[in-house]
Amino acid sequence: MRIRRVSAIALKELLQVWRDPRSLMLALLMPVMQMLLLGYGVNLDISHVPTCTYDEEGSQLSQALIARFQASRYFDLVAGLDSQRQIRHAMDGGLCKLVIVIPAGFSRQISEFHHASVQAIVDATDDNTATIATAYASAVVQGFSNEVQMRYEALRGGTVVAQPLAVQSRVWFNEDLDSRDFIIPGVVALVLALVGAQLTSLTIAREWERGTMELLLSTPVTPLEMMIGKLLPYFVIGLVDAGICLAFALLLFHVPFRGAFATLLLTTSLFLVVVLNIGYLLSVLIRNQLGASQIAMFVTIMPISLLSGYTFPIDQMPAAIRAVTYVIYARYFVTILKAVFLKGSGIGALWGPVSALILYDILVVWIAGRAFRKRIA
Amino acid sequence: MSEQPPMIRVEGLRKQFGDFLAVAGISFEVAQGEILGFLGPNGAGKSTTIRMLCGLLKPTAGRIHIDGVDVAADPDALRKRIGYMSQKFSLYQDLTVRENLRFYGGVYGLRGAALESRIGYALEMSGLTAHPETLVSALAGGWKQRLALGCAILHRPRILFLDEPTSGVDPLSRRRFWDLIHDLSTEGVTILVSTHHMDEAQYCNRIALIDRGSIVALDTPGQLKRRSLGGELVRIECASPDRAMQALAALAQVRDVAVFGNSLHALVDNAADAAAAIVERLRTRGIAAARVTQIDATLEDVFVRLVSANHGPAGTGA
Amino acid sequence: MSEPGAEPSIRVAALTKRFGAVTAIDNVTFAVTSGELFGLIGPDGAGKTTVLRVLAGVMAADSGSVQVGGVDVVAYPEQVRARISYMPQRFGLYEDLTVDENIRFFADVFEVPRRVREERAARLLAASGMQRFRRHLAGQLSGGMKQKLGLTCALVHAPKVVLLDEPTTGVDPVSRREFWQILYGLRAEGAAIVISTAYLDEADRCDRLALMHSGGLPYCEAPDALRARMPGAMVEIPTPRARAAREALASVPGVRSVLMVGDGVHVHVDDARKALSDLERALAQQGIEHTGAREILPSIEDLFVALLGNAAAAGRKAGAS
Repeated sequence: MRIRRVSAIALKELLQVWRDPRSLMLALLMPVMQMLLLGYGVNLDISHVPTCTYDEEGSQLSQALIARFQASRYFDLVAGLDSQRQIRHAMDGGLCKLVIVIPAGFSRQISEFHHASVQAIVDATDDNTATIATAYASAVVQGFSNEVQMRYEALRGGTVVAQPLAVQSRVWFNEDLDSRDFIIPGVVALVLALVGAQLTSLTIAREWERGTMELLLSTPVTPLEMMIGKLLPYFVIGLVDAGICLAFALLLFHVPFRGAFATLLLTTSLFLVVVLNIGYLLSVLIRNQLGASQIAMFVTIMPISLLSGYTFPIDQMPAAIRAVTYVIYARYFVTILKAVFLKGSGIGALWGPVSALILYDILVVWIAGRAFRKRIA
Repeated sequence: MSEQPPMIRVEGLRKQFGDFLAVAGISFEVAQGEILGFLGPNGAGKSTTIRMLCGLLKPTAGRIHIDGVDVAADPDALRKRIGYMSQKFSLYQDLTVRENLRFYGGVYGLRGAALESRIGYALEMSGLTAHPETLVSALAGGWKQRLALGCAILHRPRILFLDEPTSGVDPLSRRRFWDLIHDLSTEGVTILVSTHHMDEAQYCNRIALIDRGSIVALDTPGQLKRRSLGGELVRIECASPDRAMQALAALAQVRDVAVFGNSLHALVDNAADAAAAIVERLRTRGIAAARVTQIDATLEDVFVRLVSANHGPAGTGA
Repeated sequence: MSEPGAEPSIRVAALTKRFGAVTAIDNVTFAVTSGELFGLIGPDGAGKTTVLRVLAGVMAADSGSVQVGGVDVVAYPEQVRARISYMPQRFGLYEDLTVDENIRFFADVFEVPRRVREERAARLLAASGMQRFRRHLAGQLSGGMKQKLGLTCALVHAPKVVLLDEPTTGVDPVSRREFWQILYGLRAEGAAIVISTAYLDEADRCDRLALMHSGGLPYCEAPDALRARMPGAMVEIPTPRARAAREALASVPGVRSVLMVGDGVHVHVDDARKALSDLERALAQQGIEHTGAREILPSIEDLFVALLGNAAAAGRKAGAS
């Protein structure tokens, strides 16, 4: 392999992207638009979940919590239930999708252990709604418990002062953003996969369509040099896109970022290699820009949005489908992103999904490096 | 021919695409039954001119009269009078020969017995009488081309426009095609044909040399070759033509010299005078046994000469 | 032009390539030596492009062998690619890159040292009158300039073997002449050049010609030697009544065929000397005005028709079209 040839191809490719408004837009504008679209879209698609309550305690405190649910735009309280049997009935009859069960010892738990436990029973036939509804419900409860906690402290003669406002705001944030925290890392994975595969799906097909490939074939460029030279610029663009996505996640959607940037950079690079090679492979095989980019769209959007765990939690899937998700490379990256963002996990804790991505890298590089045939027919 | 009004009269025709001047104000006339060739490289403005003449493209400026009809004023009257065959024959590959003819006949408004008789004529003319049910995709290039010509003349047009009609057909098919064109011209059809094949222009009665949207010369092939060169052309056969060229470049009698295959071509004022000087110069430079013969100029020689004169030395890039 | 016994730069033996039922190249054999300009002449679909693609190693043949500089193209394609230069029929450069960027790309791909590249590019661009356009995008150049840029990129690594597929099609005559002068310079430096063209009038510019027809290569000689094969001679008779002249002359003994041209007829006769007076007489009898008949050199097209006329007359689709 000659570095000179690789860099010649990479430089040429970069110049072409730079001079082609369509490519440039695809590379830089598409991630912005998709982050906005998916980031907001996912969040707003659930509200007014029909909800029943089963208040075993019937205390002032438990009624106060129910009032909280009532006040939330995410929940519509449709009925108060009186027994466990009614819960089943209400769910089966489609009366509600969520039942909040407040146990008999609710008030005592709070006062003694500063910790309340409320049961949320959810109709998971609609996986997405169920997941998000649960998350919201727990946010409501969390907020409520924090407030109760504060009042209690205040009653004990502690420092009331300016605290409530700050706490209040934190409660409000949590309540609203809990689903985003959960979803946005997945959106980042989806956007990177989409844009990455799109960009590289055009690169070889464009040379065939414009008639430049025949000449390129007659030069001593090897298939491996071709692959590396072609993908290098898109790798850089992919990292820039990752930066854009990260900026959106942190600054616009305020997703907490608890991990290390180095971990993020390393794992994002591993993921980009897979995605870029898939697009490249399609471009080599299909040889026309429209076809390659459509298939690239199809093989990224569908499996990633359905099976990567980006919106639908994998552990709630049936076993057979869950088995399929192990093939979806994006699932590992979604797992990694959620862990790095929300848990602050390092590479050590992520060795499982990271090594899965590395295996994928080896596989796609091996295939793509050989896929290109230096023949017209 | 001269007492009749011209079949095609073009005055100050211009076409501008944005910044690009495709046709730079050209004027010419074509008499009835005449074959006029538009000869020039790709991008010179040949196709643009033909499309304007056919009413397919609106000129930026200028006037076109065809068979007495003002093209701008009455495009419909024009369409009945003209036939057009483009560089990519617009035949339907998945239809048979007869189906294609019937389709184009219908387009031109022919029906019934008139249509059948014209289809018979077109089949005979294109030599496809025995293959009316053959799919067009199964025909060789030369036959497709003759069929396309057949389609273009179904409605007996008085003027025929051929836009690079013989691109990519073998020499024999090309000769047959030109035979048909000459037959049509003898019957009184006026023909305007564009080509970038220098050697094809010899089939035309007159040639317009087109360069960057302008007509640089318009005359019969013979006159162009005889008069436009401004000198005589000689072929010099000798050993090592590359060295010989250097030796002759400075010779007073030689106005221009270039390697041509195994020999040299030189432009001189007088072939007989120059020959002796050339042989002598080569001998002194150690290149013996040179043979100098006068040759006919080609249209390419003429074209290069006229175009270079048109642009001056900078324009030729030489 | 090379030493006797020297290994030819290109050696093609019994090359055959089929596309489905169509035989694009039919058992073709030829060799090209260093310092030779070899022309593949023939109409579209004759198989010229396929031959060049196989030589350039971008298309595999079905059978036969191709050696470039003594190296087998099939066995060592990359070794061969480093020595050759190929200019495809369709413009193969990047239209969204400038002239300089294109040259630099191809120089890098062939690992030409920077200084050598600068020197060669400057010389080649000067020869084609293109120094002023170095910063122009290739897509903005005229057809002729694009082809000259293509040649510049093709020659920047000083290849020993140059393969050019119809490089002059549609190019203006001035650019075409410059193009050929560059090729002659290259020939003088000892390169082996194979050029295909559909312009039969370009054939005389080659050292040796191969007339290609329906995938076969029936004639392969120097232009003059090929002309000597022409049976009979051509006579030109200028007349305003070409069609009448053709009818009057067709039945004259010794006339093989009569071709109408724009300002007269070309008559293919068995013997020019004997025929001239007969032809003049036949025209005079019919009262067809004409100016002096004279023998002319047959064109390559005349030759093509005379030599391959019968084969070409087969109307059914024989080669790829």
